[in-house]
Amino acid sequence: MPNVMIRQTESGGLTLYVAKKDLEESVVSIEHNTDHCWGGEITLADGSSYYIEPMSEVPSLPITVRAKRGAGG
Amino acid sequence: MSVMSRDEVESLIQEVLEVYPAKAQKDRAKHLTPNDHEVEQSKKCITSNKKSLPGVMTIRGCAYAGSKGVVWGPVKDMIHISHGPVGCGQYSRAGRRNYYIGTTGVNAFVTMNFTSDFQEKDIVFGGDKKLAKLIDEIETLFPLNKGVTIQSECPIGLIGDDIEAVAKKKTKEHGKTVVPVRCEGFRGVSQSLGHHIANDAVRDWVLSARDEDDSFEVTDYDVAIIGDYNIGGDAWSSRILLEEMGLRVVAQWSGDGTISEMELTPKVKLNLVHCYRSMNYISRHMEEKYKIPWIEYNFFGPTKTVESLRKIASHFDESIQQKCEEVIERYRPEWDAVIARYRPRLEGKRVMLYVGGLRPRHVIGAYEDLGMEVVGTGYEFGHNDDYDRTIKEMGDATLLYDDVTGYEFEEFVKKVKPDLIGSGIKEKYIFQKMGVPFRQMHSWDYSGPYHGFDGFAIFARDMDMTLNNPCWSKLQAPWKKEVAADEVVAASA
Repeated sequence: MPNVMIRQTESGGLTLYVAKKDLEESVVSIEHNTDHCWGGEITLADGSSYYIEPMSEVPSLPITVRAKRGAGG
Repeated sequence: MSVMSRDEVESLIQEVLEVYPAKAQKDRAKHLTPNDHEVEQSKKCITSNKKSLPGVMTIRGCAYAGSKGVVWGPVKDMIHISHGPVGCGQYSRAGRRNYYIGTTGVNAFVTMNFTSDFQEKDIVFGGDKKLAKLIDEIETLFPLNKGVTIQSECPIGLIGDDIEAVAKKKTKEHGKTVVPVRCEGFRGVSQSLGHHIANDAVRDWVLSARDEDDSFEVTDYDVAIIGDYNIGGDAWSSRILLEEMGLRVVAQWSGDGTISEMELTPKVKLNLVHCYRSMNYISRHMEEKYKIPWIEYNFFGPTKTVESLRKIASHFDESIQQKCEEVIERYRPEWDAVIARYRPRLEGKRVMLYVGGLRPRHVIGAYEDLGMEVVGTGYEFGHNDDYDRTIKEMGDATLLYDDVTGYEFEEFVKKVKPDLIGSGIKEKYIFQKMGVPFRQMHSWDYSGPYHGFDGFAIFARDMDMTLNNPCWSKLQAPWKKEVAADEVVAASA
């Protein structure tokens, strides 16, 4: 259950940062990305994935959340 | 020697690794690679931030070095106690040349060494009482200090002293910030974890001090310089450029910085991060908590400086952007003259770097401005994200080495034969004795500043006076020189 920080990059995409792993990776896809549901399975450019609890609204970024390591992570 | 191909670099790495036992060979092979522009992520080609191999000569430092020596040490109006035995503080005292304005021993304390000088009895019975007494003594002797940090050395963690309790008690007693920093040297694999711990200590004990206080008058052009340690005056030569652009520099972290500047940083509009490695943690925190965006910049060499100035200006309105162009135009004749003078003397020379923090990638641009080529680079304590950023800066098939050992570095230099090496003091005399020009790039070989346009002039001069120094042809004793045959004949006549 690492703490991950999700932030918006200058180009508009999202990156996920795991301090403990020195991982700073761009987000390829995010399961839920609507106004009333945000989160779920997050896939990174290197193929690994993390799961964060879906939130009821889009949070203001950057945000630090607890994440579960998903498949390939 | 001309440019090496990828195969040549790979075989060179193989050759150098051959002397190691099989297991060590396997381990070290992951840390050495030819650069590959195709690779997007560094972790596919190079491993970093791993424990050094026992038995090799590593050039790394410890967590205490990262916290006291790098992040906290330059904060000039605080007293940094090296809590533990006397050596750690004394042998690292004033070595990094973080310049500052102030009267040492009165209102600034950077070059002084404060230590609790642990003895056997402190290890056995604990050192908290001694620490409390020490802080009281500091208050009596140096009343103008603005705060105290407790920089733990290894024994503190080993014997389990409660420095946090002492810090809280003394904060209450004296009304000044006392920061306990758990940067025991054994933590982590290098000084890098010390940076992180120090950043976290700033976050937990300092940063939120003025959250409720709006008395500080802010402007739209407030910025903070993060991760510039003012080595040889670096932060000053950066700061003037930003100020000429019309920005207001509220804080310098941490070269020539103060605790009050640190407390005011959450009020700025933009954080400018120079040393990403040591200060990205706090920048990320400020972005999350205070919504302050941060950008990385690079003030080495005119090309990169201009690029960075424009990038910084693009975050502000047009008046700043216009002033930015004016500043660039004003300095252009200056740096053109520097390039005109030194480029012909340095053109085509090849450089190998091995330093820490930001320099392995940031100074590449400065060398390129002088027509020089960086043929090998590496970090003492870099992480994946550092190498991600380096791959783009370096030429294809150049050498990358992480946490290089003394032996590997020497062998690489023998084979690659660079014209100049930039590394630390521990490497300096080895390579100078091998007859290779060397600059100590940790503290600019007692020179500097190197940042900004003013710094570039000094950088160029230093590189020239090292490389073109006549001493390099005089290293061999005259009687050991091979004498041409006709001279021998002439001498015997």
